[in-house]
Amino acid sequence: MKTYYYSLLQPILFLPQITNADMNPVTNGALKSKKTSKKPEYSRFTQQELPAWKPILTPGWVITSFLAIAFLFIPIGLVSLFASERVVEIVYRYDQDCVPEMYRGNVSAYIRNSLTNKTCIGNITVPKKMDPPIFVYYQLDNFYQNHRRYVKSRSDKQLRSAAYESSTKECEPEARFNKSGDPVPIVPCGLIAWSLFNDTYNLIKKDKVLNINKKGIAWKSDTKVKFGSNVYPKNFQSNDLIGGGKLNESIPLSKQEDLIVWMRTAALPTFRKLYGKINTSLEAHDTITVVLENNYNTYSFGGQKKLVLSTTSWIGGKNDFLGIAYLTVGGICLFMALNFILLYVFKPRPLGDPSYLSWNRKAVN
Amino acid sequence: MPTQQSPNNHQQTNNKKRLKWSNLYTFSCFKPPKNNHLSDFGQPGFTRVVFCNDSSKHKTKPYKYCKNDVTTTKYNVITFLPKSLFEQFRRVANLYFLLVAALSATSLAPFSALSLIAPLVFVVGVSILKEGVEDWHRFLQDLEVNSRKVRVHVGDGKFVDRSWKTLRVGDVVKVNKNEYFPSDLLLLSSSYEDGVCYVETMNLDGETNLKIKRCLECTLRFDDEAKFDVFKAVVRCEDPNSSLYTFVGNLEFGENIANEVSFPLSTSQFLLRDSKLQNTDYVYGVVVFTGGDTKVVRNSMKSPSKRSRVERKMDHVIYVLFFMLLLISLIASIGSVVYTDQWWYLQLMDDTDASFDPGNPLVSGFLQFLRALILYGYLIPISLYVSIEVVKFLQAMLINNDQHLFDETSGKKVEARTSNLNEELGQVEMILSDKTGTLTCNQMEFRKCSIEGISYGGDVNEIVRAASQRMNIDIESYRFNLDGEDSTPRDSVEMVEITSDQVLESKNSVLDGEHDTKSLRDSGIKGFNFRDRRLMNKMWIHGSNVWDMMMFFRVMALCHTGIPVENEEQPGSNKLKYEAESPEEVTFLIAAQEFGFQFCRRTQSSMFVKEIDPSASEVEREYKLLNLLEFSSSRKRMSVIVRDESGQIFLFCKGADNIIFDRLGDGGRTYQHATTMHLANYAEDGLRTMVFAYKKIKDSEYEEWSSSFSKAKAVIGPERDELLENVSENIEKDLVLLGAVAVDDKLQDGVAECIDKLAQAGLKIWLLTGDKKETAVNIGFASSLLRHDMHLFHLSLSRDVESKNQLKAMKDDILNQIEASRQVIINEKTKDDPFALVVDGKALEIALRNDIQDNFLQLAVTCASVICCRVSPKQKALITRLVKKYTGKMTLAIGDGANDVGMIQEADIGIGISGMEGMQAVMASDFSIPQFRFLERLLIVHGHWCYKRISKMILYFVYKNIVFGLTLFYYEMYSRFSGDVLYDGWYMVMFNLFLTSLPVISLGVLEQDVSSDICLQFPALYQQGQKGIFFSWKRIIGWMGNGILTSLVISILNVYVLSPSAFRKGGQVVDIAHLGLTTYTTIVWTVNCQIALIITHFTWIQHIFIWGSIFSWYIFLLFYGALPPEYSKREYKLLIEAVGPAPMYWIVVLLVVVISLLPYFIYMVIQRSFYPMDDHVIQEMKYGRKVVVDDEMWLREEKSSRKPTQIGFSARVDAKILYLKDQLHRKKMFIIKSITNSPIRRSISTNPLENRD
Repeated sequence: MKTYYYSLLQPILFLPQITNADMNPVTNGALKSKKTSKKPEYSRFTQQELPAWKPILTPGWVITSFLAIAFLFIPIGLVSLFASERVVEIVYRYDQDCVPEMYRGNVSAYIRNSLTNKTCIGNITVPKKMDPPIFVYYQLDNFYQNHRRYVKSRSDKQLRSAAYESSTKECEPEARFNKSGDPVPIVPCGLIAWSLFNDTYNLIKKDKVLNINKKGIAWKSDTKVKFGSNVYPKNFQSNDLIGGGKLNESIPLSKQEDLIVWMRTAALPTFRKLYGKINTSLEAHDTITVVLENNYNTYSFGGQKKLVLSTTSWIGGKNDFLGIAYLTVGGICLFMALNFILLYVFKPRPLGDPSYLSWNRKAVN
Repeated sequence: MPTQQSPNNHQQTNNKKRLKWSNLYTFSCFKPPKNNHLSDFGQPGFTRVVFCNDSSKHKTKPYKYCKNDVTTTKYNVITFLPKSLFEQFRRVANLYFLLVAALSATSLAPFSALSLIAPLVFVVGVSILKEGVEDWHRFLQDLEVNSRKVRVHVGDGKFVDRSWKTLRVGDVVKVNKNEYFPSDLLLLSSSYEDGVCYVETMNLDGETNLKIKRCLECTLRFDDEAKFDVFKAVVRCEDPNSSLYTFVGNLEFGENIANEVSFPLSTSQFLLRDSKLQNTDYVYGVVVFTGGDTKVVRNSMKSPSKRSRVERKMDHVIYVLFFMLLLISLIASIGSVVYTDQWWYLQLMDDTDASFDPGNPLVSGFLQFLRALILYGYLIPISLYVSIEVVKFLQAMLINNDQHLFDETSGKKVEARTSNLNEELGQVEMILSDKTGTLTCNQMEFRKCSIEGISYGGDVNEIVRAASQRMNIDIESYRFNLDGEDSTPRDSVEMVEITSDQVLESKNSVLDGEHDTKSLRDSGIKGFNFRDRRLMNKMWIHGSNVWDMMMFFRVMALCHTGIPVENEEQPGSNKLKYEAESPEEVTFLIAAQEFGFQFCRRTQSSMFVKEIDPSASEVEREYKLLNLLEFSSSRKRMSVIVRDESGQIFLFCKGADNIIFDRLGDGGRTYQHATTMHLANYAEDGLRTMVFAYKKIKDSEYEEWSSSFSKAKAVIGPERDELLENVSENIEKDLVLLGAVAVDDKLQDGVAECIDKLAQAGLKIWLLTGDKKETAVNIGFASSLLRHDMHLFHLSLSRDVESKNQLKAMKDDILNQIEASRQVIINEKTKDDPFALVVDGKALEIALRNDIQDNFLQLAVTCASVICCRVSPKQKALITRLVKKYTGKMTLAIGDGANDVGMIQEADIGIGISGMEGMQAVMASDFSIPQFRFLERLLIVHGHWCYKRISKMILYFVYKNIVFGLTLFYYEMYSRFSGDVLYDGWYMVMFNLFLTSLPVISLGVLEQDVSSDICLQFPALYQQGQKGIFFSWKRIIGWMGNGILTSLVISILNVYVLSPSAFRKGGQVVDIAHLGLTTYTTIVWTVNCQIALIITHFTWIQHIFIWGSIFSWYIFLLFYGALPPEYSKREYKLLIEAVGPAPMYWIVVLLVVVISLLPYFIYMVIQRSFYPMDDHVIQEMKYGRKVVVDDEMWLREEKSSRKPTQIGFSARVDAKILYLKDQLHRKKMFIIKSITNSPIRRSISTNPLENRD
């Protein structure tokens, strides 16, 4: 019993190890068992013997995976191409045509002058029947909405709630308006809002104005949460330097979907943004007259402006690239699969062929 | 019985037993130094003055010497933080991270400062902590050593226990038996009357035999504590240095100052710190060198911090990435400046942001550059360092917990003491091994003897057994062929008979052996592993020639310098234990006792032996010891001349075979032929052999010789030794050969097999030992490093060159020898004979000099095995360094003693044997293993795995971060290099932290190309590591290329598929957040699927980590999107509302992932199909086929995967089989009818002889 306690206490008290040769056998045994307890415990993890799946890239696997990709990708590609085919898209570039002849040499004088007549009329033809909803986009080119200085120049707080009206720190240089010596916050502040796109489109089909519905073009999360229903534009575009469009100060920001769409900064320098929707169908060969106000200045940076009318399918707008990419990959994989099948038919490599082992190869050489 | 004294008066008898040892030695090997350097004292190099017994004088300058505490720690409390921080930030990568962390605190940072600072703190913190813990262990070790107690004279003849660290120069200390010397001491006196003491220097040079130290005559009388109150003396000696084998000094000593005399001191009065007092009850000594001044500390080196090759190469990879980073940062900043147009919507005229100031392009460019450095920092991931630390820690844990690496007998396991070198284990090409305690267990055993031409104690040796067994299988199949065709069936039958006979015999002997071992174990005789019924239990008296038999045993019992001591373990038994200068002598004495010739007492002039008479009765006989002709390395023999009770004078001689054979008389060669055969057999087994002979001397002859011998002894001067040797030679002639004995320097368990496996894996093994050449060569044979059919080159200084002591001559001598050896190699290149090199310590010293080391190493590298003997610790380290440098190969040093510390520290990997008592080797080592044999599994399994794991892991890490980092860069091109980030800040943090970290770690910890037993079965797999193919530049560039390609695919496809048309049926188009999320998703999928392609071993852990990582990305998105927009910003409800419901999103992910992985997949398929690597084929053989795996093909490949080796057990078996086959063939040609013995055995026994001819 004593020895039992001793062996129990030993690790706690750090008692010196007994080294007497004439130690009684009981203590010896106790120590021995302590010794062997040092042996690492068995667990499948520590012994690295966990059951494992060891996949080997056998010819079967190779052919199967190539075929699987091919059989998955080719149908997807076809379906996407088909969907893209169904989409009807009309792109009407107007930025050059809408500059009057007399101003072509000095575009900036034309676009900067608020007095010049910016109205411009053009015609587009519907190539195929377009079923509603037909989406109306404007497309800008070479416009860097993703420029760092531009992207960060906004105040989410201010947009969200009237309580944060003066939270304009991030909005430089469009943060404050110097109202008779007293800087007051601009709502909505920042470069993005300031450069709001302000071309307007009216579509006329056979002398009948097509109704462009501008509601419901913004994300729900924006209109519901991110843009406050109690936030009204204030001091907007009041500085000397006027950027883009103006806002109706009596409508809360959450209702100003044009602004909301614009404020979702595009990822790339060529981008489309929703302008509105048309809920009537357009027949093939219809001619539509476009009456537009060419207000927005893209001329100073050589950007293009386009009006886009497009239907959608499940993949969204017209997108041949996707289908082609899928078909290409599927084709490559099919090609690889066929090659390997031929290879294994004509020159089969037995699995685990020892003649491929380095020492056997050396012997051959 | 004199030996059966009660324990109480044991101490007393020991004191009584003081012998004048000096009388036993007819000529002392400790001659006074010829030149006293008297004139040198006081000159530079010889300035040390020690006031003996007056240490207070050493408290002030100029005699203030350093204290005796030894510190091996790198840091102390104050220097720890700055020093370790400095160490950390010496790494370029860490410095970069520090810079980035500092910048991140400014407004330039694209993401939060915390996400950059926290990992840096973690990495540096972990490393510093590790350093700290390691240093703490060193500190504890130092503390333990420094607080050891020693008895110190405090005045008035009183001695008290003091801790080692308080010792001062000049202190007189008393060291008891089996204690270590606390510092370098000058021996004053010992428990023996003539001031001799025995010292074991195992810790210094690994030698196990005892060395005799002897004090000066003048201090001899201070042999009692009380006598030291008046002792005063002054030592003037050399300054502290690292030479272990020299000491120059003078002792000025006298009754008073007036008659002070100066006595020259030499190494024989000099006791080194860390050596051990043995066989001597106590000694008194004066402290001469303390602490850092001691020779052993001077010999030690600061432990260098080692980094693995893979990690060093990784540094170069990091440099490449750095270059890439700088390049793209430069492009970005230049682009930013160039493309910063005056777009009106940016209002750049308003200079609120210095980064985009068209008026000041230099400043904006520089700011953009700094930002880019941080932004693209993902190319150089700090998380790589974190992950490597974590993975290596876990790997080390797995090594520590491997049950196969646990030694049941010692209760110790293999321990990875530093985890940075795990993968180095997989690339080792050279093993430099210590001998004693590493290969051998420092235990001598009496194994065999040959008396009167008959060999006793011989079971068939392992190699013959293995060879004959395999032969039998071969011949069995051969016979069936023969039956059909061969015309002489009798022949074949005979052959089969022969072989089966042989096997049967060997089997029997195995059984016998087992039986005998068991009974021997029961009797528990240490040092006696002899089994032969013909000699045991007095059976020999029934033999034919009992007289020679008895003479043989008498040589064994009388020709030695040993003394009997009581058997403390078994006080009651009448068996004695012995202590002697060399462990072999002890085994002889034990064996003699077992055979019935118990050497029981020694007095000044007589030896007493209890003998068994042919009448089987026991008698005690006294032999007067007339002369003792001492053993020396040049004489290689030892003789005693005794007069027995009947007055007859005998000379008993033992020595090396060739020496004795030269001195046999014409009538003494009866057994020479048989004995030679046996000797060759023994030697081939690696046994240490010694030949016994005797001679009867007529009284007149002795008188004559004795007088000339006395004359020679009286001569004083340098020619004395030579004279004595010549005189001894005169009497040691016309000897009668009795037989030979064989002693086994016992190898540790499994050493031979382990060496065999390692050799097959392509490793070279060098033996570096402090022991003498004969011993080293013996072990070479025992451990199969040497074979008898090897061409052995000996490199040693010839005697006359050595005595001249001229460097030029010595160099020429060595160069000539090297050149001669090389000529032999060139001439015999066509033959398949392997070469081996044996180098002596002194020769090595010359050979390692700058101008000839290349020649030497060139020769050494062409030899299959190299054995260096008599090397000092410094030399061991030096060889290691040179081999490492010269060959550029990964070296591993393994040793157990303090003398191996230098080599352990110098090698790429140092391994300490933890089974033994000394801890220095273990403390200095990177891995500690309980026994040599664990090296096999440690290297071939764990090393192989760890190397592959770490390599794959680093490559994947580089890939993954290139993919991620470059997508950021490509997006820059679309945003006019304005430095905008496509992804949300949290995505960036998540990437290395959660979304990709765990799969990499599982790859680094759990990946197995093949299971452990296959690693062991196919040692060739190990060569993949030696060639470094898994972390070659080809692979690194390949993976970088793959990363670049993948990042391009991801960026381009996402951009072109998602824009500019709507991506949803609702007509919505993508904004930055949508594109960011989609791109990011494809990255998460791609890198995680990529790792699934790399991994070949999927346990549930890998599955959970990989698929869980992808899954957790969506969980994160849901969670993040559900946060109110104050926190989630533009990611608010992104997945649920915008991206998730769009089929386009999913279809893009599928497309991008498949295209990104396709190049790698095709590469993999082509490589597997057309250029499979060994591990691939083995995997296929093992797991790919439905048929049984352990079939013929498997076994055949297993065999042929072994690298053809020239060393190791199997190589010897192969050679033996070749030889046996040859013999059989010859036998077929000339049928010899009259064979009484088993023919094979006979052919075997003649084998070495013929080889010699």
